Amino acid sequence: MIYAVAAFAILVTMGLALARALAGPTIYDRILAVNMFGTKTVLLIAVYSFMSGRSDILDIALIYALISFIGVVAVLKLVEQGNFHTSGGDDDQERPEKW
Amino acid sequence: MVIVDLASWACILAGALLGIVGGVGMHRFPDFYTRLHAVGITDTLCAALFLLGLSLQAGLSLASLKLFLIFVLLFFTSPTASHALANAAQHGKLKPVLDGSQGEASR
Repeated sequence: MIYAVAAFAILVTMGLALARALAGPTIYDRILAVNMFGTKTVLLIAVYSFMSGRSDILDIALIYALISFIGVVAVLKLVEQGNFHTSGGDDDQERPEKW
Repeated sequence: MVIVDLASWACILAGALLGIVGGVGMHRFPDFYTRLHAVGITDTLCAALFLLGLSLQAGLSLASLKLFLIFVLLFFTSPTASHALANAAQHGKLKPVLDGSQGEASR
């Protein structure tokens, strides 16, 4: 019962984050919302593991936490530099004005 | 056992409340930097309270060890991601909405 309440609260939060990801005026708002969505997904998987009584699902939550962080950092690097191969630091990269 | 159950329910309910508050803040705050603050609340304390409540339910077992590992991972990666986001936004010359100025935020 308490797990259902927790899952519902997490789903509401994920919905709000998704609305911000769709409506966000800048690219950074969207990345921020996706970051929050990923963290809430980890929590939802953990709650679901307890709800279904299978503790091996927690491994998926662990892996998802890793992948979510790597994905956010990779997207940030792509947005900041426009590609993946420059090492950063140089400020004369071509960047689109509006996203 | 009843006390442990009550403590874990209190933790989970507090985490759920913080999550919804952070989601509402994410939706209503005017610009990126204030939204970063709302996300900082939900990413650290809400996740920590959820994982603490779940591990109180699990007791001393492999599941609570995995929950602790998830907590350590989130504890290090979520402030790092927030810092990288703020750094990238500042590097990308995103201006905060100051008092009196009308930003590009949703109205």
